[in-house]
Amino acid sequence: MKDAMPQLATDEGRPVADTLAQSPLAIRGMTVSYGEEPAIFSIDLTAEPGAMTAIIGPNGAGKSTLLKAALGIVRPLSGRATVFGKPLAKQRARIAYVPQRASVDWDFPTTVMDVALMGLSRELGLLRPVRARHVTRALACLDRVGMADFADRQIGQLSGGQQQRVFLARALAQDAELYLLDEPFAGVDAATERAIIVVLKELRAEGRTVVAVHHDLSTVAQYFDNVFLINRRKIAEGSVETAFTAANLQEAYGGRLATGQIDQLVLGTV
Amino acid sequence: MLRDALLLQMGYNATLVALGAASLGVAAGATGTFLFLRKRSLVSDAISHATLPGIGLAFLVMVALGGDGRWLPGLLAGSALSALAGLLCVTWLTRHTRLAEDAAIGAVLSVFFGAGIVILTVIQTLSSGRQAGLETFLLGSTAGMLFSDALTLAIGGTLVLALALLLRRPMIQVAFDPGYAETAGTSVSRTDFLTMALVMAITVVGLKIVGLIMIVALLIIPAVTARFWTNRAEYVVALAGLFGGLAGYLGAAISATAPALPTGPIIVLIGFALFVVSLLVAPGRGVLAAALRYRRFQRRVHLRQGLISLAQGQPVYERLTRRLLRREGFLRADNVITDAGRARAAKILRDETRWQAVRRSDSLAPLAMQDNGMTDIASVLTADQLAEIDRRIGGPKGVTP
Repeated sequence: MKDAMPQLATDEGRPVADTLAQSPLAIRGMTVSYGEEPAIFSIDLTAEPGAMTAIIGPNGAGKSTLLKAALGIVRPLSGRATVFGKPLAKQRARIAYVPQRASVDWDFPTTVMDVALMGLSRELGLLRPVRARHVTRALACLDRVGMADFADRQIGQLSGGQQQRVFLARALAQDAELYLLDEPFAGVDAATERAIIVVLKELRAEGRTVVAVHHDLSTVAQYFDNVFLINRRKIAEGSVETAFTAANLQEAYGGRLATGQIDQLVLGTV
Repeated sequence: MLRDALLLQMGYNATLVALGAASLGVAAGATGTFLFLRKRSLVSDAISHATLPGIGLAFLVMVALGGDGRWLPGLLAGSALSALAGLLCVTWLTRHTRLAEDAAIGAVLSVFFGAGIVILTVIQTLSSGRQAGLETFLLGSTAGMLFSDALTLAIGGTLVLALALLLRRPMIQVAFDPGYAETAGTSVSRTDFLTMALVMAITVVGLKIVGLIMIVALLIIPAVTARFWTNRAEYVVALAGLFGGLAGYLGAAISATAPALPTGPIIVLIGFALFVVSLLVAPGRGVLAAALRYRRFQRRVHLRQGLISLAQGQPVYERLTRRLLRREGFLRADNVITDAGRARAAKILRDETRWQAVRRSDSLAPLAMQDNGMTDIASVLTADQLAEIDRRIGGPKGVTP
């Protein structure tokens, strides 16, 4: 599915394979605890370059926590994450994060365009004025998710799906190599889901790596190359064919999925 | 007299006070906006109350060193230090205990304020303290304001304002989406600390004129007032500065018209007046505009429901609906449908039938999800799709669209 290794420009013009030889995201022995109960325990994850990986698991399995720990938003109790072989702190510019929609106040006084421009904050710095080329770039990113017509809207006037697309546009503006998304399809309409998956597959085609927390088991095989099953501990990791199996799902979800349901999901993939 | 005051014709001191209060208002309004956007308005209350013990201790230290004790820069430095201690307490309690920030603020605010009052009482009993006048820091005082005081306000205010504008992007980014900001290279903890430092600075600068109890009003009221008028954070900052400056200027001018009028409280009341006016009349977010929109929408809903009932030959029970139908000329005074009512009802019924056809259609059914009962079908379907639907339901039956 990711046969042709696509071209991704690097600063020094080095060949792509060299840059991507090291995993875009490697997590080792990561434990995060709120209080004295680990939310995730000793997690190892290795994202495949240029592929789309779904992090799946039941509610409360620590999917979002894993993502936030990898991004340095929550502090792990132990373990570390490396991005393209180097510590996260030095690699922030190569990562773009799409948080859960519910994590912000949508009544905040800001417009769709302003949010997209936040994706350029690294470039704009403290004082550089927003120029026409910045606006053009932000508009292009909004256009990719079908939100260019809404640029002047206050974000509170958008539907849930539109809000999610604006968040994706902000991440696109960062022009990153690794995209980490937290439940990008949660509570969005069908049109938005299609728009988002098209963009994510475009990112993959450009050689970028996508890792997404995903909740809808029925679309895993259709959308993703790899899965990472988690329920506080790592259950399985690998391609959809090898890791998205009935046994692994049963292990991750415990008794919460009916056998017939699992068969349907897994058989549907072959 | 008020006119003289507003035109700075009330004498040297009144002019100084008005200009000082205006520059303080601009700086406090703009800076406080970032706190408001971060949803941490109350932290400023903890910071301002935490200045009091520092003022008292600074006085005691300066007296012990053989100085005057009332030297303003020394007092302000002391207040800044104890405000910082209060802020660190709030931060530590929130981060390392299970206390929520509001509880931490309540605890820190009252303990620091209590300690400050005790120290001030002790100072009152000392011979050197009789004339200290430290209690003016509670409610502020502009009596006998010196040129150097006004200059301190202007310079301090301008400096804080400049820093706030310099840091506006990271502060807005963190206020909107801290998790994202962290990943995009903006340190949340550092940005939050800088925001607090600016608030602390403006609090210290404003202590003398509005007092520590009311400085929070100058930080927060202009921001919430400005929020009524705009949906963009940077404009909220600018407008809050404007409202704050206006409140400072008008408040100082008005209080200069009578000897007994306290400046700080008058400034706060002017700020509050601006808030109330904005709350009522602001378009969009204002209370009146919202009520009007609600009424207008309610009337549209009632009319539509009433016409659907009429079209289906059902009686209309709700009195409001009947009144609206009569007012629009769709019902006669004896509640019999008019020709105009019949025509409009037929049109609405046709659209209902169209929606039903859309819901049952294989290809167009997803579009029907956009129907909420009040949705204009022509705004969802293209002209071609509409024609296709009309063909299916047998065309518009004698209804002019």
